[in-house]
Amino acid sequence: MKNPYLPLPMRLVKNFVETEDKLIHTFTLEFLNEEDEKLFQYLPGQFAEVSVFGVGEAPFGIASSPTEPGHLKFSVAKVGVVTTTLHQLPEGTVLGVRGPLGNNYPIEEFKGKNLVVIGGGFAFTTLRSLITYILHPDHRGDYGELTVIYGARNPGLLLYKDELAEWEKRPDINLVCTIDRPVEGWNGRVGFVPTVTKEVAPSAENAYAVICGPPVMIKFTMPVLEELGFAPEQIIMSLENRMKCGIGMCGRCNVGNKYVCKDGPIFTRAQLNQLPNEY
Amino acid sequence: MLLVNKGQFTDWLNQLIQVYQVYAPVKEDDYFCFKKINSGDQVTLNYTNSKVPPKEVLFPRSEKLFCYRYENGGVQLTEQIDESKKIIVGLRPCDAKSFLLLDGVFNSDKYHDPYYLTRRNNTVLVGLGCNQPAATCFCTSLGGGPFATEGLDLLLVDIGDRYVVEVLTDRGRELLSGLELPAADQEAQEAARRVKEGAALSTQVNLEGLKSKLDVIFYDPIWDLIHEKCLGCAACTYTCPTCHCFDIVDEAEGNEGCRIRNWDACMFPLFTLHGSGHNPRPTGKERFRQRVMHKFKYFVDNFNAIACVGCGRCIINCPVNLDIREVLAEIQGSEVRSDKQ
Repeated sequence: MKNPYLPLPMRLVKNFVETEDKLIHTFTLEFLNEEDEKLFQYLPGQFAEVSVFGVGEAPFGIASSPTEPGHLKFSVAKVGVVTTTLHQLPEGTVLGVRGPLGNNYPIEEFKGKNLVVIGGGFAFTTLRSLITYILHPDHRGDYGELTVIYGARNPGLLLYKDELAEWEKRPDINLVCTIDRPVEGWNGRVGFVPTVTKEVAPSAENAYAVICGPPVMIKFTMPVLEELGFAPEQIIMSLENRMKCGIGMCGRCNVGNKYVCKDGPIFTRAQLNQLPNEY
Repeated sequence: MLLVNKGQFTDWLNQLIQVYQVYAPVKEDDYFCFKKINSGDQVTLNYTNSKVPPKEVLFPRSEKLFCYRYENGGVQLTEQIDESKKIIVGLRPCDAKSFLLLDGVFNSDKYHDPYYLTRRNNTVLVGLGCNQPAATCFCTSLGGGPFATEGLDLLLVDIGDRYVVEVLTDRGRELLSGLELPAADQEAQEAARRVKEGAALSTQVNLEGLKSKLDVIFYDPIWDLIHEKCLGCAACTYTCPTCHCFDIVDEAEGNEGCRIRNWDACMFPLFTLHGSGHNPRPTGKERFRQRVMHKFKYFVDNFNAIACVGCGRCIINCPVNLDIREVLAEIQGSEVRSDKQ
């Protein structure tokens, strides 16, 4: 019987300070055993439980894409015991990873469709995975137009700045970054994500919207998407809830009869409309 | 049906202890609990039910999942799976049924919990029928009964100085091999029948239509009142045979340690508290609703069965007499409004 509680050993090869406020670090991990990497077959949108042995484990969305072999990436905010320890760990430390867990963005259904990816704050991790996956030369042809709207309070809080700069130059992605208030030296847009979404006005025709961000951003972006003609079935969301087991047994992450860990974390808005508003 | 006298039964337990870990009801202070016994004399089968259900034999309050040790630049993990052969003797039919419900949780289509399932596969269940159900028992409302056999390998029926033994599975039959018990004679069978007839339950819970009510009751104001006297102590969940929520924590000493899981409960605010400070179930109202909805709606949606066996422990152990039978009756008696946020 395969033991779903046993983590695979991984080495922390990079502990990178991602944001100006230093509260988000991006961790790059490499498998200690080559065969483990073959076992760990994941798709954008899935998450994993990262163990700091002796301290505990916590679930994080996988920020790397399966098109980037050899390592996994997690961007983690410093909030609790496990994440604070993670932030202080020296490179070279051996950690554990359990996964991949949960479902993935419906990349098969996305094929042939235009995609509108909307992210806010540091909830951009699995969206980075999705965008990187789609932009890969093997996949880019399978998908239509790719529009990315990404907002943060200020430029220093945007994740993956180097990649954003590269995406900026590419003709096959329409990247719109925005910050809440004007800052000297910022040439991009200024304004909240809902407003900017309205301005960019992506068409709902033959399209899916993927949205991930703080609740308040989602709350005000939903009416905009509705106005643009996105039906609940065309809006894809990713939920977060406190988790322990990640496999539908420990009983805490449920929303109604669905477990975020096992049935999610990816749900369509139509699916969420059927569930109680308890997340 | 076979027959065994009580003296012989104790001898049999002493034989089984040589081969199996035998768990049975043992008196402790003024209550009973399932303990691993070293001698048949320790067992008291003249009891109503245990304080904590025997689920803790298969799913302990606290157990090691694995141990880790940092060495040679890597980490060594050692699984801690309990493969010992066990017997639970004297468990009540309601508790036997609870294992069938837990099986669904720990053996899902996608994930299998090796800790629970290994113990489960290695454990034989010898049930004891309930000659005198308690005033808090309502198993018959949930499809069970004082002498229900579902989930058991053997069922004992106490007829005074002897037990009538109902053999229900091959595993049960094997356990008895070497005992050469006589078949129950007509007199014993008649005595067993009388005992069963005399075991009447005093309460019934009307569950008809409950599910369709719960389907549309999430936002109903009924929850504002129904939870009010609940203290959130979680005695109900800790003593529930179908509750299975757990927490996972690490314990470390130097460069080694272990990962442990402990029972946890949906009645605690920390159970769902996010790192951000947000809590999807911030007050007693949401937590109490979760407990009722999980057992009587969500579990039904997911496993086509109610996650309650009517053992009555949550009623007996509640410090403020919050009675699940009354809660269900109140829901049943309420007028269902359309469920709008």
